[in-house]
Amino acid sequence: MTPEMIVHGAEWTAKELFVYPNEFIYWSIQIVMYPYMTGLVAGAFVLSSLYHVFGQQDLKDMARFSLVFSLALLPVAMIPLLMHVQQPLRGMYVLFTPHFTSAISAFGIVFSTYAMIVLSEIWFVYRVYFVDQVQVLARKTDLGSRLKRLVYQVLTLGAYDISQDAVATDKKAVKILAAIGIPVACFLHGYAGFIFGSVKANALWMSPLMPVIFIMSAVVSGIALCMLTYIVIMEFKKFQAILARGRGDESVHLIVGAEIDVISKTSRYLIGFLVAAISLEMLDLIFRGYTAMKSWDILRSVMYGKDFVNIFVLQYGLGNLVPFILLLLPKLTIKRTALALVLVLFGVFMMRWNVVIGGQAFSLTFSGFMHYHLPIIPHNLETYKEGLLGALTVAALPFIFFWVINKFVPSLKEN
Amino acid sequence: MSFSRRKFLVTSLKGAIGAALPISAFRLLSPAEARAVVGDASRRWVFLVDTTKCVGCGLCVKACKKENEVPYDAPVTRTWVERYVVTRDGQTHIDSPNGARDGFTDPRIDDQEIPAEEITKAFFVPKLCNQCENPACVQVCPVGATFQTRDGVVLVDRNWCIGCGYCIMACPYGVRFFHPVYKVAEKCTFCYHRISKGLESACVQACPFEARRMGDLRNMEDPVTQIIMNERIAVLKDEYGTKPQVFYIGLDARVR
Repeated sequence: MTPEMIVHGAEWTAKELFVYPNEFIYWSIQIVMYPYMTGLVAGAFVLSSLYHVFGQQDLKDMARFSLVFSLALLPVAMIPLLMHVQQPLRGMYVLFTPHFTSAISAFGIVFSTYAMIVLSEIWFVYRVYFVDQVQVLARKTDLGSRLKRLVYQVLTLGAYDISQDAVATDKKAVKILAAIGIPVACFLHGYAGFIFGSVKANALWMSPLMPVIFIMSAVVSGIALCMLTYIVIMEFKKFQAILARGRGDESVHLIVGAEIDVISKTSRYLIGFLVAAISLEMLDLIFRGYTAMKSWDILRSVMYGKDFVNIFVLQYGLGNLVPFILLLLPKLTIKRTALALVLVLFGVFMMRWNVVIGGQAFSLTFSGFMHYHLPIIPHNLETYKEGLLGALTVAALPFIFFWVINKFVPSLKEN
Repeated sequence: MSFSRRKFLVTSLKGAIGAALPISAFRLLSPAEARAVVGDASRRWVFLVDTTKCVGCGLCVKACKKENEVPYDAPVTRTWVERYVVTRDGQTHIDSPNGARDGFTDPRIDDQEIPAEEITKAFFVPKLCNQCENPACVQVCPVGATFQTRDGVVLVDRNWCIGCGYCIMACPYGVRFFHPVYKVAEKCTFCYHRISKGLESACVQACPFEARRMGDLRNMEDPVTQIIMNERIAVLKDEYGTKPQVFYIGLDARVR
């Protein structure tokens, strides 16, 4: 195929009945990943703030971890957009000439505000640790330690005062930042919902409930991912400790792994937000059916017909109902929680999928359909970027970032 | 290190002023100021489509693709023609093969034979950008790369568009697409490069039946304006509040 013939979207769009000639599924998998990742960022931050602001002591261990994890997720929220836009090198133009009637133009401002809040909150939480490290590493002379010390020296930003007064001020700052951070995190994600909800041309998206639904499901997915990662890491550490003990290394003391106490308490918050998210989605659905506007005929045939499995079986059934029951059944175990969390994460992903792809499953003509075929094996840059591999790249990045960040900001050590 | 609050504030202020100085060499344009540079405010370009005259030959689509360098065989087009066939059972059969670039040469729609005696009415509807008075595409562009000229035409700056596709999603008429070569949003411009030099747009010039015409709504003597003011006309999808400026004669309720 000559480059002249490569029409963006034509590769993965199959048309049925009457669809306008220029209509294709222009917003594909990366636009599913974008609100998904943004949601995880916002959710992780809200989880950590529950401890810092509202003093939920039961969340203490989770709070540090989810704050640092939220930082690891932060750059990843932006990457799907860069992989999606046709002119990624012009991405900066959003900051140069923001056109404020557009919901997307706020991205640069909201995103950087949020980034600053997360970074400064982490700095205040870990400042004492940085200072300690500078002092501890001063005694070592090998190159690695010297480099590491240099990094920590930079990280302290020259603030070496760890007197009681200074530490108290730090704590106060953390509290204030966490409190400001909650509305900003909600705004960061709510406006991602607004990007969709305000598209008046799209019958499925256009709803004032969209931003609120997005925030609720964001918190659900954020909490779920933090819990899941926490469980996996703690269980892995336990496993390592057992192995080391088995090799005869008596200096290692056994770790208990993930605490069911922490997990079951966090899962209560998860259930609360899950209920809120589902209620809003149901309200939206019922309202559309009851008012039965012009678009309802085609929406109904998409929701109850073409996308039935995606919406009702995978999203509501497997992604919401099953984990809901799993978490509510008595005698919660770590394994069962982990399974429920995986399903919750899958459910939120399917919700994003059904909004983004489902919103383009029908034509603007209301008399035709479009089917999305996710490119699995890439044969050019576009099918990589907007295909399965591109999505997996985006999904893997936060864990890589977390691994790096955690080298300097240990979020999993017990206090 | 001793660093008083006062000293900190003073130093920060100095730093901020120092950083702001080079920026002050630039002038910040409001969108209205930037817009005023393009177009002649004494005109308002409008389009008039007489669907009763269209025979679906597709010469307009062909002419448009060639004039505006939209790759000829790519499945996207700035303008297209739709065919509507209504049958006795109340069904509407619609198609636009290749945007009707080669006309309608096959009587089948969606591989379905429609017996002539079953047909109650059939007609063609040309489509193009509505150059809306309140364009949703301009509203949603995050970088202001798409804008409305003072004479009412919506254009795209190919050097500034980031290719996010938000405008494509926002247009209720489906007229926008990504240009296969330039990789930026592309749309019908009423052949702005021609009309602003006093020429006719490619599709208007190519139409053998005067089904497509263009006029200036600010000029009451303009024959197109006369028709818009004196006769019964319709627009597409006015429920979106975009105030489309392509007017149709003989528009059927079944037109999408």
